[in-house]
Amino acid sequence: MYTNNEILETINMVSHQHLDVRTITMGISLMDCISDSKTKTCQKIYDKIMKKAGNIVKVGEDISNEIGVPIVNKRISVTPISLVSASSHGHLEIIRTLDKIADEIGIDFLGGYSALVHKAMSPYEEEFIRSIPEALSTTNKICSSVNVATSKAGINMDAVALMGKIVKECAYLTRDNDSLACAKLVVFANAVEDNPFMAGAFLGSGEDDAVINVGVSGPGVVKSALESVSGDLTQVAECIKQTAFKITRVGQLVAQEASRRLGVSSGIVDLSLAPTPVVGDSVAHILEEIGLESVGACGTTATLAMLNDAVKKGGIMASSHVGGLSGAFIPVSEDAGMIKASEIGALNLEKLEAMTAVCSVGLDMIAIPGDTSADVISALIADEIAIGVVNTKTTAVRVIPVYGKGVGEYAKFGGLLGRAPIMKISEYSPSKFISRGGRIPAPLHSNKN
Amino acid sequence: MKAIVSVIGMDKKGIIAKVATTLSDIDVNIEDISQTIMQNYFTMIMAVDLGESKLNFAQIKDKLTATGEELGVEIHIQSQSIFESMHKLTTNTKTL
Repeated sequence: MYTNNEILETINMVSHQHLDVRTITMGISLMDCISDSKTKTCQKIYDKIMKKAGNIVKVGEDISNEIGVPIVNKRISVTPISLVSASSHGHLEIIRTLDKIADEIGIDFLGGYSALVHKAMSPYEEEFIRSIPEALSTTNKICSSVNVATSKAGINMDAVALMGKIVKECAYLTRDNDSLACAKLVVFANAVEDNPFMAGAFLGSGEDDAVINVGVSGPGVVKSALESVSGDLTQVAECIKQTAFKITRVGQLVAQEASRRLGVSSGIVDLSLAPTPVVGDSVAHILEEIGLESVGACGTTATLAMLNDAVKKGGIMASSHVGGLSGAFIPVSEDAGMIKASEIGALNLEKLEAMTAVCSVGLDMIAIPGDTSADVISALIADEIAIGVVNTKTTAVRVIPVYGKGVGEYAKFGGLLGRAPIMKISEYSPSKFISRGGRIPAPLHSNKN
Repeated sequence: MKAIVSVIGMDKKGIIAKVATTLSDIDVNIEDISQTIMQNYFTMIMAVDLGESKLNFAQIKDKLTATGEELGVEIHIQSQSIFESMHKLTTNTKTL
């Protein structure tokens, strides 16, 4: 049996250290809903999702109640809609259906308005990608992602160039809400098929018909555990590992139970440490607890690398199947410590880019001036995507050029999305590079330096 | 279902009696009990079996929360599987 101290430790993690399960996400394949009629496709999608996931919110709440750990979000991810709608060209009708489903079921986000164009875009895929701004600005709960590169295919620079323009258009169409649509759009390299976290969740074609994937959280728990560690970095890493094990076991329990109750298969647990803007739930504060005056100081990349690795080592043993993004998230607007470091000038875009080389998932929830050109955004995407492609890891860009605002001002979204101080970005022009188009060839995977 | 009831708060007379009565009234069996007082803080942990109770988990939880409010202490009830999952390398609990 477990001891009283262990019971109190668990209770304390929930009541004082913000332990929660961030999301249970049901991935649902829509392959069997494809038809050449828009109406028929939408009807099949509605029927299938309501049948599989109609009960997901209640099941999540019941489990949360019984184990005494909050399950913050219940979500759905689907087959990339660019595949589902290719035959009917019904992407905009489908997205309205999906938004309606999300409302009726009571989930906060539904992901999968996505296209995988890492090698090339077909004419229809280009048409689909060009519909993303309208899709995201006229719906509330739909998230979109585009995979523009893989380590095997290289980087599709035509898609990268297009995505700069798409991000700008999303920003403009939601200019009254601090360009909120950009917070629901992710540009990926090496996108994963089983990610439970938004905005980048979709269900890949290699996955089951319906599957539960769980994303854990708990930066506050790791920070609190480290407060009692006065030893060297080996001891720090050990403490993170043991804490990550405990956190992940909660996710594993929830994944098993949710899949049993919903009658679908159990997929993966995503080990990402996901912060929220709430004080005491920050990844930045973990790095500061390890010994930095502020995140962004020299030493940030090294401490983050160690944190990310230790979380994985602890989590992998705790779960039968680990997947998704699995690493520490560093979304600027969603982390109280990151926000503060940006405000005082300790953290800049260049340091963030370096940090993404050693953790998941990329330049996330970063606000930049609204007058940043599409070419600069494309080049920012290209830089981040190159880090993923060369290091054989997933990276992503979720950047918000806040319409009508400049450095020193804020993008304010509220809730889990938080608020982001607008950061300075290099204004030197990459236009010639971006206008070349084509594909950056896949990198060599031997002779690594 | 096996569950753990934990009671945390300022010490006063009658906490154990009152919590035990609430549980007995709703046919929840207490299988193990331990309590301690640390710096005036009363902490009691009970292992209970909900198998005989006619109430569902949410209703049992509501009853205990109400008792906690009367006594001015915090009462949690959680499936034992959460503690087993977190603190044991191997678990016997396949489901909640």
